[in-house]
Amino acid sequence: MKLYDYVLSGNCYKIRLFLGFLGLDYDKEAVDFYPGRAHKSDSFLGINPLGQLPVLEDGDTRIRDAQAILVYLATRYDETGVWWPMNQPRQLAEVAQWLAFANGITGTASAARLHDMLGYDLDIDSARAGAHRLFRVMEDHLSHQEFEGRGWLAGPRATIADIACFPYTALAGDGGIDLFLYPAIQRWVRRFTDLPGYQSMPGINVFT
Amino acid sequence: MTPDDFTLSQWYAIGRIEDFDDPEPATIRLLSQNLTVRGVDSGLLVSGPEGDLLPTQTRFGHVWTTLSDAPRDLYNMPEFEEPGRRLITAGAISVRCSGLRAVENFLDMAHFPFVHNGILGVEEHPEVEKYDVSMEAEGDEIWATKCKFYQPMAAAAAEGGQITEYKYRVAHPYSTILYKTCPIRECEWDLIGLFIQPTEEDACIVHSFVLVYDDDNTDTGLLHFQQNIFLQDRMILENQVPRKLPIDPRWEMPTRADASSIAYRRWLKSHGLVWGTARLQETV
Repeated sequence: MKLYDYVLSGNCYKIRLFLGFLGLDYDKEAVDFYPGRAHKSDSFLGINPLGQLPVLEDGDTRIRDAQAILVYLATRYDETGVWWPMNQPRQLAEVAQWLAFANGITGTASAARLHDMLGYDLDIDSARAGAHRLFRVMEDHLSHQEFEGRGWLAGPRATIADIACFPYTALAGDGGIDLFLYPAIQRWVRRFTDLPGYQSMPGINVFT
Repeated sequence: MTPDDFTLSQWYAIGRIEDFDDPEPATIRLLSQNLTVRGVDSGLLVSGPEGDLLPTQTRFGHVWTTLSDAPRDLYNMPEFEEPGRRLITAGAISVRCSGLRAVENFLDMAHFPFVHNGILGVEEHPEVEKYDVSMEAEGDEIWATKCKFYQPMAAAAAEGGQITEYKYRVAHPYSTILYKTCPIRECEWDLIGLFIQPTEEDACIVHSFVLVYDDDNTDTGLLHFQQNIFLQDRMILENQVPRKLPIDPRWEMPTRADASSIAYRRWLKSHGLVWGTARLQETV
């Protein structure tokens, strides 16, 4: 299995995290996303015409989009069925809903991070405001879950919904977004980092 | 505040040549001023806020400019001429702190086991052995030498842990070079350095490079190794208070491991550098 990877990408980190949780071996193909913009090069556009990371190759299968890769890995390699609860329609719908939500976090909190860290030219105020809107929704949801005795976004166990939402939430500080406003999110981040097989990445700040 | 003479008299890296290949002029920030960079047939033109052309030079894989009419010479790094070395430039990373803070953090080995655990240090070996710090009056430079540290993965080319020997060099208030034992060539040093573009007193853009002997890793592999480490530092730098560098000795308690940091602060002070430093009355 080969992951086209960029070390500072939260979307690639989702896949590194999940491969770690599943205990799977894989090779990394390092892509010079910044400063080289190799993901927009002709040779990489042949691999993913959208010019985005990550891409996973497993035998003849090539998949782009972090959320799609998570679904693939869970279905193919997770025998417990916990990460992507296929036989539980209601919970599965919740997981799918949070996978879509994760794209919203990428469009806001990750954009703010690219602006603050790598100098991307974009509307930083709107990116941060958008991230805060999403984090308020997530905060309310997670406190409700805690009240019901559940620690995770979709149900009593961590699913790929949590993996999809974790990186750009935990990295929000890199983009000048303060998570101190969101105590339930902070507790969720802490629980996530305690999962067996968890690996960190630079910029993840674990609150004590 | 207006930058002091020592700060003003320096050359500053503003990016790599390939960062300015857009036909549109780019606006960049240096010492709280907006500059314009335009590509022309003969190279790059950098102009100041009033449209006046500023001097430029290309050195060490980067474009440099200065706001001074009589700038101090940019220091030399003869290693850039040595055959067989590979230069990796890691791009511009913005950090919300004074660039002086970034230099000081770079000089501090005590943070390795905690910030770069498993790579440049391990928490079980936090000790910093005694090392030498000297001022070279002739070159007006600070050198910290005989620095030794246990590192589980000192470089991308390292196989397993080793005691790494370091030398640090500061020849510019916003730049610092690390010389580190090369894991694959005895008697040679690998270089890692920061060229910092101070945008404001409490904000900067860090350009960094690696100049190494390495037969195994791809350029992108070396880049990822370097960026991973620097982003670990960035989080720490952004959480330091105050964002500007305190140079008054009453601020922080020195320990032996801080010898290079103390030398750096004294050196800045001896040159009358004020811009980018925290003044006691500002925060109390």
